Amino acid sequence: MLSVDVEKRLGEFSLKVTFAADDSTALFGSSGSGKTSLVNMIAGLVRPDRGRISLDDEILFDSACAIDVPPHRRRIGYVFQEGRLLPHLSVAKNLDYGRWMNGLPRDQATREHIVKLLNIGHLLDRRPGNLSGGERQRVAIGRALLMKPRLLLLDEPLASLDRARRLEILPFLVRLRDETKVPIVYVSHQAGEIQRIATQVVRIEDGRVIGAGGLELLDAATG
Amino acid sequence: MLELTPEEWTAIRISLRVALVATAASLPFGIAVAYALARRQFWGKAAVDALVHLPLVLPPVVTGYLLLISFGRKAPLGMFFEKYVGIVFSFRWTGAALACAIMAFPLMVRAIRLSFEAIDHKLEDASATLGAGPLWVFLTVTLPLALPGVIAGMVLCFAKALGEFGATITFVSNIPGETQTIASAIYTLTQVPNGDAAAMRLVLVSIVISFAALVVSGWLANRAVQRSHGD
Repeated sequence: MLSVDVEKRLGEFSLKVTFAADDSTALFGSSGSGKTSLVNMIAGLVRPDRGRISLDDEILFDSACAIDVPPHRRRIGYVFQEGRLLPHLSVAKNLDYGRWMNGLPRDQATREHIVKLLNIGHLLDRRPGNLSGGERQRVAIGRALLMKPRLLLLDEPLASLDRARRLEILPFLVRLRDETKVPIVYVSHQAGEIQRIATQVVRIEDGRVIGAGGLELLDAATG
Repeated sequence: MLELTPEEWTAIRISLRVALVATAASLPFGIAVAYALARRQFWGKAAVDALVHLPLVLPPVVTGYLLLISFGRKAPLGMFFEKYVGIVFSFRWTGAALACAIMAFPLMVRAIRLSFEAIDHKLEDASATLGAGPLWVFLTVTLPLALPGVIAGMVLCFAKALGEFGATITFVSNIPGETQTIASAIYTLTQVPNGDAAAMRLVLVSIVISFAALVVSGWLANRAVQRSHGD
């Protein structure tokens, strides 16, 4: 259970958001509505001005108690819009990076399972520089999963891809939701993607929550 | 004519040793200062930046003289290093290495700083979310991605150290077998009658060493750039 109650001023823009999320929740809203700033706060990359963020029983941020857990201790997997694979490491090393940094024991079974799930076995020896956009995103998803996160943040993971690549990755995300038990926060402005992946929706516009509930919120937005 | 005398070999050995030690010893400081200037905001940053660049602008003889009055055997810093670190700089080859390191420091810092500034912060953020603390981010992401600049900085430092003359001769003089480098040996040979042939030999040697250093560094930098582009 993720619960967020934060405020942040970014120049002229102000973000003031409260929501709780379980299982697979979509943050839905047009570009510039503050979704990415919000996930950056959950990941610990951006510091809210005020508020509180907690995950399960742990407080990650609380301005009143001066708690601010740094990103490397949050154990939150983050798939960025542009993949952000480490360019100087091979795909295999990118996948193992989170395990090394968190001091996790080797877990060959899980690794093989995820490599197979995402169909990236043939890429392991390659470097990120010569992967296609779709391959890069699949590796980024695998990398975030292999650190055994408590929560997975996906920030428009398909936005940098063309239509064909999106259709290629969507089924992987659906399988991932069904086969791993990691709760997901999925950020998107595409109702179609959200319909496939999320069970709950939080609608955000201009830095404010304008609705929270089930997938029916999407119909209100599109119809 | 191409037969080198033992004295000339000695000068070559001292030059190489001085340049290598100057480069290796200043590298950690160069990386630290470059990182601070590229990434940190702190009080007096402009002053630190200016201080680092000072040897580039000052006449070398001024730098050499300042070293002489601060690192001489009776000078405070000189006494401190002799007593607590066990290193004597004045009129030793170590002093030549110190002079070369200081003269070359601005070049090294500049090259490394530029490569730190060129790194995408987002990659460092990504590795933090994967569990890497600040030190690990630096060691596994920042530094490897800055490697081309670090190599360039080391080569510039080495090259500058090989060619350094003014500050070195002012600080540690021109003692054959101790502080006489290729540069100061050539200078001596041009001051005596019949020194032309020997001077020419050392001139050729310094051209060969410089050329080899540039070729090797070009190759290393190429490899590093390829690695960091992920190809």
